[in-house]
Amino acid sequence: MKTYLISLFSPDGPPPAEVDLGRIMADLEVVNAEIRAAGSWVFAGGLADQASATTIRRSDNVADAVLTDGPFIEAKEHLGGLTVVRSDDYDVVLGWAERIAGATGLPVEVRPFVDQDDPGQVPTDR
Amino acid sequence: MTVTSADIARVFRAEHGRAVSVLIRALGDIDLAEDAVQDAFTVAVERWPRDGMPPSPAGWIITTARRRAIDRLRRESTREARQAESVALHAADPVDPADGRDEEGPVKDERLRLVFTCCHPALSREAQVALTLRLLGGLTTAEIAHAYLVPEPTMAQRIVRAKSKIRTAGIPYRVPRDEDLPARLASVLSVLYLVFTEGHTASVGDDLDRPDLAAEAIRLARQLVELMPDEPEAVGLLALMLLTQARRPARTDAVGDLVLLADQDRSLWDPTLLAEGHALVRACLRRNAPGPYQLQAAINAVHTDATDAAHTDWSQVVALYDQLLGLAPTDVVRLNRAVAVAELDGPDVALGLLDGLDLTAYAPFHVVRAELLERLGRRAESTTAWERAAQLSDNAAQARHLRARAAAADEGQQDPGRAT
Repeated sequence: MKTYLISLFSPDGPPPAEVDLGRIMADLEVVNAEIRAAGSWVFAGGLADQASATTIRRSDNVADAVLTDGPFIEAKEHLGGLTVVRSDDYDVVLGWAERIAGATGLPVEVRPFVDQDDPGQVPTDR
Repeated sequence: MTVTSADIARVFRAEHGRAVSVLIRALGDIDLAEDAVQDAFTVAVERWPRDGMPPSPAGWIITTARRRAIDRLRRESTREARQAESVALHAADPVDPADGRDEEGPVKDERLRLVFTCCHPALSREAQVALTLRLLGGLTTAEIAHAYLVPEPTMAQRIVRAKSKIRTAGIPYRVPRDEDLPARLASVLSVLYLVFTEGHTASVGDDLDRPDLAAEAIRLARQLVELMPDEPEAVGLLALMLLTQARRPARTDAVGDLVLLADQDRSLWDPTLLAEGHALVRACLRRNAPGPYQLQAAINAVHTDATDAAHTDWSQVVALYDQLLGLAPTDVVRLNRAVAVAELDGPDVALGLLDGLDLTAYAPFHVVRAELLERLGRRAESTTAWERAAQLSDNAAQARHLRARAAAADEGQQDPGRAT
């Protein structure tokens, strides 16, 4: 069983007027329901606007962390939402990712978490 | 009969895919399987010249490789981590209890799983090609690097990264589900065709073709047809390769320059390959499930049926291109159709068909335009088109041919007597 991050990349700013958010959410819910039914559900959620992000840097020779208003990487597209699934079938995960991309019209990335055999970086349940 | 090292090398090429695929299934790890097969061949090099070739060389290699791998695993406890990964590879291959398809289905040969793993769409096309040649074709990294004119470390790195992605992402080792099969098979076919075309017309470099890759692609396509005899597109691809390969002796002249189809000495075509290609085209078209490779093969079959260019059944060629356009509506297909239309309806009609094609960076587009303009007596424009084609060609032999045509058209222009 592997854990995968399916991440969604959104362009900056509010969605264009022609985007039917209600429809997109409904389509995503269908995929989510399928992921749950397959027993693969871990977590999913959308992120608030990247202007709401705060970047924190900490170095040893400064007492306090330095906080910066804004995202770590300034870009036209940013991480807009993520779904974490657990599955032993990569092709099925790719299929879900394809449907998330289809529902949102946005590029989607699938990336495995470090494997169970690598201590320390394994995603934990709770 | 004495067994030479050339014999063993031949067995290595021929049986590498089968042996590695069986071992991957047994061991669950590609590197481990490759090492084991390599070990087995090392033993073969010692034993076969002394004891003779075993009755089933592939079976001998697989058994020996399996034993060697088990020995190695016992010796090296640090390999436990890899064994854990092997469990992951097995787990990625669940038996569907609903229909037991995985056990009873079309999967009779492990090589088929390997084909689909090597050509998985989550791998880059370059990685797919390299893995296919390495694991299924039994080519060494050095051979693949040479064929693609890249430094060996670059190719080694590409292969290591691809294998690492298979392991890390969990790319499954199995034949895709029925609903995914058409798209995934298309990916396999285009990998093989890419290897073939790379061998047929080397896109970079001085030799017009590097024979190894075309021959390897044909060998791999034969394997695929053997593994999936009911896939007409796989048969179509093999037929297309054979019919193209058959004409190869006539494609270059004595100094290595390109000779176009219409000017080729057809007695140089390989009759054995032609006969096989024609038979395959007939067999797959009978299934009445035409696809792009079958149609391209059929077009090649019409061309190679004619005793010379003038006797080609051009209306049949145009009809096949129309059918191909229905499945693959691309400008390259429109361009090729225009070539056939020129023979049927004249160069002026064909030239009209080129307007609006978005192919100005594609050398063959300018070759076709140059030919048509030349036939219409518009020599100044023709010269420009030949020159443009030569600029766009990366292949030295091809560029040489195109510049010669440009010069000839230019000369014709200065000699009004030759204008048509």
